[in-house]
Amino acid sequence: MTDQTIPPGLVAETAEGPQELLPRDRTSPAELRREVGAVLRLPESHVPGSGDVDLERPGDDTMILNFGPQHPSTHGVLRLMMELDGETVVRTKPIIGYLHTGMEKTGEELTYQQGATNVTRMDYLSPLINELVFSMAVEKLLGVELPPRAVWIRMLLAELQRVSSHLMWLATNGMDLGSTTMMIFGFREREMVLAFFEKTTGLRMNHNFIRPGGTAADLPDGWEDDVNLICDTVVRRLESYDELLTGQPIFRERTEGVGVLTAEEALALSVTGPMLRSTGLSWDLRRAMPYLAYDQVDFDVIVGTYGDNFDRYAIRLNEVRESVRIIRQVLSRMPAGDYRVQDKKVTPPPRARIDESMEALIHHFKIFTEGFKVPEGEVYVGVESPRGELGCYLVSDGSSKPYRLHIRAPSFVNLQALPVMMRGGLVADAVATISSVDPVMGEVDR
Amino acid sequence: MTAAPDAVQPEVVFVERARYHDVVEEHRRRGFDLCVDVCAVDYLTHPGRTLGPEVQPERFEVVVQLVSTSGRRRVKVRVQVPEADPQLPSLWDLYPGVEAMEREAFDMFGIRFTGHPDLTRILMPDDWEGHPLRKDYGVGRVPVQFKEAPGPR
Repeated sequence: MTDQTIPPGLVAETAEGPQELLPRDRTSPAELRREVGAVLRLPESHVPGSGDVDLERPGDDTMILNFGPQHPSTHGVLRLMMELDGETVVRTKPIIGYLHTGMEKTGEELTYQQGATNVTRMDYLSPLINELVFSMAVEKLLGVELPPRAVWIRMLLAELQRVSSHLMWLATNGMDLGSTTMMIFGFREREMVLAFFEKTTGLRMNHNFIRPGGTAADLPDGWEDDVNLICDTVVRRLESYDELLTGQPIFRERTEGVGVLTAEEALALSVTGPMLRSTGLSWDLRRAMPYLAYDQVDFDVIVGTYGDNFDRYAIRLNEVRESVRIIRQVLSRMPAGDYRVQDKKVTPPPRARIDESMEALIHHFKIFTEGFKVPEGEVYVGVESPRGELGCYLVSDGSSKPYRLHIRAPSFVNLQALPVMMRGGLVADAVATISSVDPVMGEVDR
Repeated sequence: MTAAPDAVQPEVVFVERARYHDVVEEHRRRGFDLCVDVCAVDYLTHPGRTLGPEVQPERFEVVVQLVSTSGRRRVKVRVQVPEADPQLPSLWDLYPGVEAMEREAFDMFGIRFTGHPDLTRILMPDDWEGHPLRKDYGVGRVPVQFKEAPGPR
């Protein structure tokens, strides 16, 4: 650190203790019971099933196993410390931060125009949805209304992104359960979606395509044919996933009743997205608090019953079908018009105008050197990402850079449910349970 | 189904620190069953922000986003935290899911949540000094070998 501005008092505050899971003899009884007691929000004496927790047990009876951060099955640099009793998981603690790059701090140094390039790198499996939530927050502060085509293009891209993200999840989840075929299948179909993104945005990932004020460009010529082909292929291939996994006895035995989460626990732990829906609660922001034009399209919210790994698989599989349904409606109803708002202070002028108009040149120069100014205020916007509620809390002090940019990352919060889901399960199922949370470490650590 | 309320315009509640825990508890009783987000803001270089009437601005502000899944409503609780005594009661006993979020706010801003079961750093290493998202914490830079290299951006 080269910095001299740290007040001296702060140095004393750094002895908060280790983040690791401590051995049994150094852990308080309350801590040992925590996942049971905390979640049900009852005093320790009233916790049903707290008899499961054998507090008298000596520390050398169990073993603490360190898992990650460089294990291929942890979906990135997630590190877990698990206390094992034989093959049974007793306590788990996720330890994160290995991919922390200070993106929220970086966001304060970039203009609103540049901000989308920053947030798109957080959740690298659904970058367009990150750009979407950031742009929506900025637009809310600016008070600009988007032309309908921009809204529908965004919706098309967001749903394609959900398809690609869920396909990726199906692939890696299959891989975690030992099905390499599923991995190849999932990546194969995802590639089609990424190829379309490349054609549209120029990049396969981290597009910086959805920007404050609309999108960076219009859809390419012939996009309808590409999207139609993606829809037809994906729907047809989903049938073969069903054949490969859904009905397969080995797959079902390894996922049914494993990693169970109840609706009360999920709500208490602030879990959102497919994990919350798997517990039987129908909560989807696209339906409950519609944004973009989700109130004008027809789709179903997929809900599970048991909250186990199989439900989470089935929900994601069927959400791909629902996304395809939305995409088909967007295909037939895409409005004509402009793909971005014609506000000269927000969106740069067309290239051709710069050669002939002095004002266009000035606006172009202003936007790309100092950016546009956003009125003072603060706003929170939440959208449904493939992993849950993705929120953006933005504070503006009236300048051209965010005063504070906070991303409410769904997998950061959802990871907290892991100790509850793993408790009492087998260590062999741990990998499948981690996978069913669908954590993206770029987003967890930001 | 009736028209959903505007998803991005939640009701805002300003609350003083002494009543913060009670007000959130009251909201939980009223059906706000999901605590979506807890985050902090350091208003060191922007003290003249817009606040509700009779709210005394302090350096830090903690913002809590609550959602009612049955009522489909959002509420935003904003509480001011003074620099001299950056402490706030933890909401962990109401919403266990705030654990990671409060740890992040502590890690990044140094706000201490009393009653939190495991207030350790979460994103930064154990032995890190300072709280990086504070406004008086520099962005830092990679040392370069040129004498005339510019300072931090």
